[in-house]
Amino acid sequence: MSSTFDTVANIIAETCDIPRDSIKPESHAIEDLGIDSLDFLDIAFAIDKAFGIKLPLEQWTQEVNDGKATTEQYFVLQNLCTRIDGLVAAKGA
Amino acid sequence: MRIEYFQLIDRIVDIDVSGGTIRTEAAVPQESTIFEGHFPGHPLMPGVLLIESMAQTAGWLIIGVNKFAKMPFLAAVKDAKLRTFVVPGTVLNLNAKLLHEGSGYAVTKAAAVANGKAVCDAEITFRVLAFPEPSMRKAMEEWATRLAFPVQALADG
Repeated sequence: MSSTFDTVANIIAETCDIPRDSIKPESHAIEDLGIDSLDFLDIAFAIDKAFGIKLPLEQWTQEVNDGKATTEQYFVLQNLCTRIDGLVAAKGA
Repeated sequence: MRIEYFQLIDRIVDIDVSGGTIRTEAAVPQESTIFEGHFPGHPLMPGVLLIESMAQTAGWLIIGVNKFAKMPFLAAVKDAKLRTFVVPGTVLNLNAKLLHEGSGYAVTKAAAVANGKAVCDAEITFRVLAFPEPSMRKAMEEWATRLAFPVQALADG
């Protein structure tokens, strides 16, 4: 079974036509990979489907806008994957 | 169809918010200045308006699912296929289903049929946001009433 990061990286590569080997755990989806908000909807859709979860994008956006969180907490891929793992675990609990 | 107001749906035929489906009806007008240009001597409903008709059908479904608390805004149209010409006076039977309700977005599949023949279909994605103005929500509720949208039934449900 592939890791969460591999699944997410493959989704990003396929959705945004970004070379797979340029996508690293430390990559920031927006600042490093240049993914815009519309492309991120496609990525979120694919992640939601692949993991059977619902990424709380509205909550994350609100927290960033309110200064309660940084984009790095949600959009650096290793952090995103940690949150995906948490959502998957919560679903199974 | 109030084509000059970009209101392309005439009637909500039925909506099932729990099942995530909707059917609507839209009659293409016999006359419109649009047909004078598109095309002279060969009037056709523009494909972009057919896509908009599907988007409005799917949009009403999302409004229903969110009980008028949020507004869908068109974000992406994928795999749009325009399968046949649509001439003035055609009655379109449209349908849409919710493929996925995400956080702040929704993905739908919509299609239109006329006289039993497939007209068009597409996967349509929306951003789903709070109404930017209370007046907009009120206007949408009034528009919904004109379309026979079951507003009260939704509120009671």
